Amino acid sequence: MFLDIFQYSFIIRGLEAGIIVAIIAPLIGIFLVLRRYSLIADTLSHVSLAGIAIGLLFGLNPVLTALMVAVLASLGIERLRTSKTVYGESALALFLSGSLALAIVLLSLGHGLNANLFNYLFGSIVTVTMTDVYTIAILAIVVIIILALFYKELVYVTFDEDAAKVSGIPTKLINTILIILAAITVSLSIPIVGVLLIAALIVVPVVAALQLKKSFIKTILYAEIISLFSVVSGIFASFYLNLSTGGTIVLIMLAIFILIFTAKRL
Amino acid sequence: MQVDHTKNIIEVKDICFSYGDEEVLKDISFDVHKGDYLGVVGPNGAGKTTLLKLILGLLPLCCGYIRLFGQDIKQFKNWSKIGYVPQKATNFDANFPATVREVVAMARSAKKGLFHNKNQEDDKIIEESLKQVDMWDSRNRLIGDLSGGQQQRVFIARALALQPEIIFLDEPTTGVDKRSQDDFYALLKKFNQELDLTLVLVSHDIERITKEAMHIACVDHTLTCHTSPEEFLKESGSLNMFGQKIKIIAPHHHN
Repeated sequence: MFLDIFQYSFIIRGLEAGIIVAIIAPLIGIFLVLRRYSLIADTLSHVSLAGIAIGLLFGLNPVLTALMVAVLASLGIERLRTSKTVYGESALALFLSGSLALAIVLLSLGHGLNANLFNYLFGSIVTVTMTDVYTIAILAIVVIIILALFYKELVYVTFDEDAAKVSGIPTKLINTILIILAAITVSLSIPIVGVLLIAALIVVPVVAALQLKKSFIKTILYAEIISLFSVVSGIFASFYLNLSTGGTIVLIMLAIFILIFTAKRL
Repeated sequence: MQVDHTKNIIEVKDICFSYGDEEVLKDISFDVHKGDYLGVVGPNGAGKTTLLKLILGLLPLCCGYIRLFGQDIKQFKNWSKIGYVPQKATNFDANFPATVREVVAMARSAKKGLFHNKNQEDDKIIEESLKQVDMWDSRNRLIGDLSGGQQQRVFIARALALQPEIIFLDEPTTGVDKRSQDDFYALLKKFNQELDLTLVLVSHDIERITKEAMHIACVDHTLTCHTSPEEFLKESGSLNMFGQKIKIIAPHHHN
């Protein structure tokens, strides 16, 4: 009975894509959470939805169109935020509602797309194609390489932006790189947890790991463990119990957070 | 070792800065020489921190120019010659998951530049920097778990790890108890005298800074004095001189 699950190729594809996303999300998440940027993941996911609508409407790969739109929007958000003409969170609100509106209008243009849309909103590993797995894998490798190259600069800018700038780190460039990586991560997580739950995947494991009060590198490690455990067990649980995969994963993550949070305060 | 105290490290000339319509600083000119220990004093909101941020290139000048080590600030690249200890309370998240050692390593990595990883020599310098401020034994503790005085010592170590020629400190003893303050100033004096480190310290604690620094610069939107601590105390007569603007711009070479 237990091995049944591996007889379904869609489950294997889902697991593959899920594990890749589980590895990437906290790596980006730690920088976003510590910089009080958590909400940017939410905004970029709604922006991705507009990208998906474009993909569905024109018959292109929705993950790729979501990626392109999210990256462009991330640059726009960063520009608007640093121009200081609007507050940081206002910039996020503008993009969040604007792209959601655009997505709805685009989808109403193409009739009969609604069934597909549901998968992208809530995620469904059943619909993960082999092309999706390859796309996710390649982008994940790109994200990891860029993160490795700029890791120490990202850490310093996150800890103390002024001091980092004074010691000669190109902080503008580093901020731009971070937000582009966030956009990439958000769009490639869509098939697994869906637009509405991506932010949880990026934020919750990191917030849970932060409760343990460890060094920076150990915090990343614990976030990775929490993330991988939640995604893998979530996929299995949702298969056997016939539940929504994205929702199950996020609920497991939250349960781990609550467990750590209470254990630390007993 | 003899230090050439006539060598100009920082040259500030006729600078001004505004936030929108509000003029924060104007007509400020002064030099900092190698080996100097300059105390920058002034009332709250007088523009002390702004002045520091201008010199550090964190804010753009509205007029005038600043030269660092003889080079215009816009072209200046050698930032690792400059250490910076920011105002603690505003710049630092007590829940940040970093150990003492990780915090100092950040600065050392920054000095190496993009795409260069730190090696054994860097580890050695990180260790030495922490030992100099007597924080090596706490290297694996989280920065947020330390007392204010200890945190500030770690930030000094972070600046030292760059092996800088000058360190800027912005109100470094805010929220630090009296005894730790004494240790802290003793440490600064040691660095200034033994390592020939040039120091620029922004403080509102006039009483203290006049005992420590070699020169005092008073900032109240403009430079109202630049003199020796003795002259400063004599001219001001009391410790709250910032009601009336006194004009004593004295030459400040020492022989």
